[in-house]
Amino acid sequence: MDFALFLNQLFNGFSLASLYLLASLGLALSFGIMRVINMAHGEMLMLGGYLAWLTLLVVPGGAGILLAVPVAFAGAAAMGGLIQTSLIRRLSSRPLDTLLATWGVSLILQQAARDLFGAIGVEVRAPDWLMGSFTVAGVTLPSARLFIIAVAVLVLGALALVLLKTRIGLLTRAVNQDRMMASAVGIDVKRVDFTVFCLGSGIAGLAGVMLALLGPVTPNVGQSYIIPAFLVVVMGGLGSIVGTTTAAIVLGVFSALAQMFVDVSVAQMLLLVFVILFIQIRPQGVVAVRTRQLDV
Amino acid sequence: MIRTRLGTFAVSAFALALASCSGSGTGSDKPAGDGVAVGVLHSLTGTMAISEITVKNAEMLAIEEINASGGVLGKSVTAVVEDGASDPSTFAQKAAKLIESDGVATVFGGWTSASRKAMLPVFERTKNLLWYPVQFEGNECSPNIMYSGAQPNQQALPALEWAMAQGHKTYFLVGSDYVYPRTANLILKKHIEKAGMKVLGESYVPLGGTDFSGVIAKIQQARPAIIINTLNGDSNVAFFKQMQAAGLSPKTLPVMSFSIGEQEAKAMGTALVEGSYAAWNYFQSLPGDANAKFVAAYQKKFGADAAITDPMVHAYLDVYAWKAAAEKAGSFDPDAVRKAAVSLGSFATPMGAVSFAPNQSLVQKAFIGKLKPDGQFEIVSQPGADIQPEPYDALAFPGKSCKL
Repeated sequence: MDFALFLNQLFNGFSLASLYLLASLGLALSFGIMRVINMAHGEMLMLGGYLAWLTLLVVPGGAGILLAVPVAFAGAAAMGGLIQTSLIRRLSSRPLDTLLATWGVSLILQQAARDLFGAIGVEVRAPDWLMGSFTVAGVTLPSARLFIIAVAVLVLGALALVLLKTRIGLLTRAVNQDRMMASAVGIDVKRVDFTVFCLGSGIAGLAGVMLALLGPVTPNVGQSYIIPAFLVVVMGGLGSIVGTTTAAIVLGVFSALAQMFVDVSVAQMLLLVFVILFIQIRPQGVVAVRTRQLDV
Repeated sequence: MIRTRLGTFAVSAFALALASCSGSGTGSDKPAGDGVAVGVLHSLTGTMAISEITVKNAEMLAIEEINASGGVLGKSVTAVVEDGASDPSTFAQKAAKLIESDGVATVFGGWTSASRKAMLPVFERTKNLLWYPVQFEGNECSPNIMYSGAQPNQQALPALEWAMAQGHKTYFLVGSDYVYPRTANLILKKHIEKAGMKVLGESYVPLGGTDFSGVIAKIQQARPAIIINTLNGDSNVAFFKQMQAAGLSPKTLPVMSFSIGEQEAKAMGTALVEGSYAAWNYFQSLPGDANAKFVAAYQKKFGADAAITDPMVHAYLDVYAWKAAAEKAGSFDPDAVRKAAVSLGSFATPMGAVSFAPNQSLVQKAFIGKLKPDGQFEIVSQPGADIQPEPYDALAFPGKSCKL
């Protein structure tokens, strides 16, 4: 086996893992706290991509992409907040209905994007400082992918800080552990829900900017990442950030290494088989979240 | 995965509902009184809409021109436009509707091989005739379809011959994972091996896939002289973008694409694909008065910056071929029309003189173009001879032939 190809794919695996992580953190957050599966999560990625494109239309050049990150975060968070208050909050006691309703939202958003921006998608041109690549010991490291890995690490660090060091983080952890008790001691559970959902959607919007650096922004760009994102959340142990991170790395590296031997299509199939086997052996996921939520 | 399929289903159901609300038979500007109805069936919504709407436009332009010059057999032509919604089963359903309830004399339509394969049984059952305008993988031969788009030996093989003539000896094949790229690459591999050259690798990505990290790592490892690209749709943008990020631009490592025309290059942004090669039977930049006239007529009707592509011209010439065949047969009967069509001899089109072979495919030339910064292709191949269509490649499908 070729060692350089192996190293290349190992790097690509971490690159893929950083995308999976950014795409699935929001899902893991909202599931962890509300036990709600947001089928429109992929469309937050799409929204982030289009917002990046729009930002670059207004501010072209190298600064544009840096500006696009907060714009996409804020835009997707606002859209997430809208979905949460108008829909998910009202259906909170009916998980299946939430699933269907958010799926409907997903279709509406896709069609809206198709009508607004066209079916073929738009292209975000990466600034020059993200165009090149470095070669270290036969491994090609494209700057754009290094940048995305750095962003993923930063987002993860920031999220950990928020959850561990801030008041809203404390409240979030409380609601995650025992929603009823948290509510009983006076925590405004609905506000926590809202904040967490906005935060999760915002991270997805940010992920959309990163995707735009690698491929086109199309109305269904979210679709190609949402299934791996669901897999990551399921495998990570629903609602756990440490588990989500571990699962993203495992799945990213697995997928990249599998591509050394098989086509991308087959690698995706192997990925599914791998997750199914894993769930058979360890149904609680990488990290079992201790919570009383499901007893209620 | 289920979700995606459900999604497609729901979207097409929605599109269907919309279509039935707005009523069928749009696009006709003349009463059907003493006219003849033809079907125009393309994806006007969904992921293929971007390509197929322009093909529909070209067909409508031809129908309008024909009506302005007196119609066919003294009758004005009424187009019944239907939306296939980028969904093969919708294509089949709409084809049946056009033939059985609108009573159309023939249908112009389709783009993806999946849509054609879905419509084929409908046309065989009703004994009607479909004019299919897009290049495809061959390996199919139905009396009820007129295949005007390139057969593999009219696009893929001329491209390979050109690459060999340039001295490229090692090849890497990249494609979307469905019937056209798989079959085209099967044929290419046989021919590359027969010529004593090497295929260093072959990679497929799901249709619409955007992660090319593994594919590019393999390409870097294999160091081919040229890449043959049969990716379709948005995947192309991701592929060229990630190639560029990895330091491989089309200028340093040549890429020959089979599904990138003027329209796609424009949509992708020419900076990304400039310098890459494409093989088609028609380029907007082809010389000749007939082409200039067609381009001018199309741009006058659909916008001065509209790009003209190979499938549009095939669709346009299909309508004229149908007119000529019906007039030769003296009837609109599909069986008489298809027999007349293959005995028409050569007729003038924007892509030069072409004719239909007895196997109902088009005899045509192939060109290789190199993309310029302005989004047009510079033709780099020598003007070749007319190529007889071969639905079944002799190396890949020995012993099969098309007899109608």
